[in-house]
Amino acid sequence: MTDKKIERRDFLFTATYAVGAVGVGAVVWPMIDQMNPDASVKALASTEVDISTVSPGKTITVLWRGKPVFIRRRTQDEIVEAKAVKMEELKHPEKDEDRAKNPEWLVMLGVCTHLGCVPLDQKGEYNGWFCPCHGSHYDISGRIRKGPAPTNMEIPKYEFVNANTIKIG
Amino acid sequence: MSDHEYTPKSNFGKWFNDRLPLLTLANHLTDYPTPKNLNYWWTFGGILTFCLITQIVTGLVLAMHYIAHADMAFDSVEHIMRDVNYGWLIRYIHANGASMFFLAVYIHIFRSLFYGSYKSPREIIWIIGIIIYLLMMAAAFMGYVLPWGQMSFWGATVITNLFSAIPLVGEGIVTWLWGGYSVDNPTLTRFFTLHYLIPFLILGLVVLHIWALHVPGNNNPVGIDIKKPSKDTVPFHPYIVIKDGFALLMFMIVFAFFVFYTPNILGHADNYIEADPLVTPAHIVPEWYLLPFYAILRSVPDKLLGVVAMLSAILILAALPWLDTSKIRSAVFRPIYRQFYWVLVADVLILGYVGAMPAEGLYLLVARVATAYYFLHFLVILPVLGWREKTLPIPLSITEPILGGSPNLATAKKKESLDN
Amino acid sequence: MKNLSKIFFLIILLSGISFTAQTAEKVEYLKTDWSFKGLFGKFDRASLQRGYQVYTEVCSSCHSMKYLSYRNLAEKGGPEFSLEQAKAIAASFEVKDGPNADGEMFTRPGKLSDKFVMPYENVKAAQAANGGAYPPDMSVLVKARGGGVDYIYSLLQGYEDPPADVSLDDGVYYNKYMYGNKIKMSNQLSDGLVEYSDGTNATVEQMSKDVTTFLMWAAEPHLEARHKMGFKAIVYLIILTTLVYFSMKKIWSRVETKI
Repeated sequence: MTDKKIERRDFLFTATYAVGAVGVGAVVWPMIDQMNPDASVKALASTEVDISTVSPGKTITVLWRGKPVFIRRRTQDEIVEAKAVKMEELKHPEKDEDRAKNPEWLVMLGVCTHLGCVPLDQKGEYNGWFCPCHGSHYDISGRIRKGPAPTNMEIPKYEFVNANTIKIG
Repeated sequence: MSDHEYTPKSNFGKWFNDRLPLLTLANHLTDYPTPKNLNYWWTFGGILTFCLITQIVTGLVLAMHYIAHADMAFDSVEHIMRDVNYGWLIRYIHANGASMFFLAVYIHIFRSLFYGSYKSPREIIWIIGIIIYLLMMAAAFMGYVLPWGQMSFWGATVITNLFSAIPLVGEGIVTWLWGGYSVDNPTLTRFFTLHYLIPFLILGLVVLHIWALHVPGNNNPVGIDIKKPSKDTVPFHPYIVIKDGFALLMFMIVFAFFVFYTPNILGHADNYIEADPLVTPAHIVPEWYLLPFYAILRSVPDKLLGVVAMLSAILILAALPWLDTSKIRSAVFRPIYRQFYWVLVADVLILGYVGAMPAEGLYLLVARVATAYYFLHFLVILPVLGWREKTLPIPLSITEPILGGSPNLATAKKKESLDN
Repeated sequence: MKNLSKIFFLIILLSGISFTAQTAEKVEYLKTDWSFKGLFGKFDRASLQRGYQVYTEVCSSCHSMKYLSYRNLAEKGGPEFSLEQAKAIAASFEVKDGPNADGEMFTRPGKLSDKFVMPYENVKAAQAANGGAYPPDMSVLVKARGGGVDYIYSLLQGYEDPPADVSLDDGVYYNKYMYGNKIKMSNQLSDGLVEYSDGTNATVEQMSKDVTTFLMWAAEPHLEARHKMGFKAIVYLIILTTLVYFSMKKIWSRVETKI
């Protein structure tokens, strides 16, 4: 067998393997993608909430994408307290203005950033939220102050449709 | 299991293999001496393995989205078809995969019948195969119930009612199968559970089937025992692997055509109507692969005897190694058996055809004749043929016919006439 | 022995003839060109949009389509209304929602994620309003009828005066293509019944074709993706098969056997 022949045969086998591998990849992808959110789940991405009945100092919890969203109408004192915190005291520095577009309303994903439990309202050392699972303390702006959670509670995408309605998502 | 001692090259390999001889197994499988004259009918074993794995993988995916509840099953299937990412593809592969699986298994069985692969010393392989086939039918039937369409519901009703033919305890058994007084939610949930379980039983039996095969080795088109390894054999890898792969790809082209271009042609339109216990479809038919047995069932006017005939039609296959008394395996050297073989093929096709037709008039008559012939073939023709048939001289080694070209029927015949 | 096999082939032939004889007794469905048939078949968008119009203006007062959502109208491979159009369509329907904070059910304008509004609360209500016959849900209707699109297309145009020997009860109509020829739905289509916004002449034939196309899409919303992927898959398989074939030839050339 000459060298040229061997070369051609090797090329044939390599091409066969390569084309075969592409096919295997193409078959595997649908099997993986089927576990991603399906079209009906994606379509439910936004929800509208009526906030006309929430009085100052109260929090309501609504379900959005299967997770709780805290909507708190903060009192004047709470707003002052939230704004007064110095950035260097924070583990995850974020200004309160950046977290609450309208300072009276804090809209936040009620999920502890440690391992996903739902923190308790008006508990903990910082007058905000406290996660009972592993002891994370959040302030009245939902920022992590003490405990194992790495970051502040997440702010979802939301907008005020009118004075009484918030659209989340 | 191994015909030869194998020692891994690396030290770690040795260490591992002494504790769990997986490398010995892998070596056995790659080196496994296979007759080199196997034709393409022998590639269906590999194709069937592919079918089983495809059904298990797509089935697992579907089970992630399917809801086994009488009120939600139909909706959840539509949800899979419409909203789940690639759900339509996965479901169509699974639904058509069942048909492709049976197509392959029928070719596999008829190959065995032609070349006498069920004969000594391969009886156990054959019997395990029959059990696998029975389990496949059970799995396919229960799977067809899951979408909870009209054919699902009424198919389940009719088939479970077969058990009511058993004297005394029949009614009790049917109620027990249903978990109620009709096919309903409890029936659906248990069918789903069993439909999920059976493929894994099949997988286990397939391992035994292959294990039992690797003891005597493959039969071959000439049907004679060969020395292995020898110049009559090739190692399984790469020779048989690449050949099976080629045949599998051809098979996949057909499969893909069904999935992408006529995904519903093998199903029944009525199964897109949600199950309704108040209305029976005008014409109940099982899936095509069960039609011959359905024809046998309907050809007997007595309820109990009909069920007995249908079951016997399958179970008689298990006794085949002893019903066929001929010492010659391959039909290539049995000129008369070869004729009867094709008559049997035609008979089964006819049974399948009349199974799809209403059980009346000419159809019923044809079904009865065909049923009678089916049993005649196994119970009378085969035993008698074994000691009356004058067989052709068989070659001493498979190399002999190979020299004249590929050892298929046509060339064997040609050679035969040349010899004369 | 040869004779035996000849006899059996004769039987096959005979049964084949009786089969064709049987199908010949059936009525031939009306034929039309469906753009979605064939290896590269695609839906005709304009026809789908017109079909949706026929469905909403004519069929939807009795027939539900419970598996479709308004968002589907804007999805790829469907009528492909723009997102704004689909939102406007959804908003034109009153959707029942709730319970609200007071535990009351209420209605609101539809959203894209809502399912098509159903004409009746449940099957019983539908039967009660239609003389005992349930107008079937149309989501998968095309796949649930043996003749598929041709059957539905023909049925919509198959109303005729009954032959003299057929007597019809009240609320039962004669249709050439219906199984048993008796149908509980009266003729719904007449020329100019709807006014197509794209100016197409709304003949009975045109409306039947449009609404049937729409129903085909409703039953098989991923048909276009399926055809597209199928072509790629088969071309790919043919290429790989060819490569494997030549690899096989090479490998087997090491032993003398031909394959």
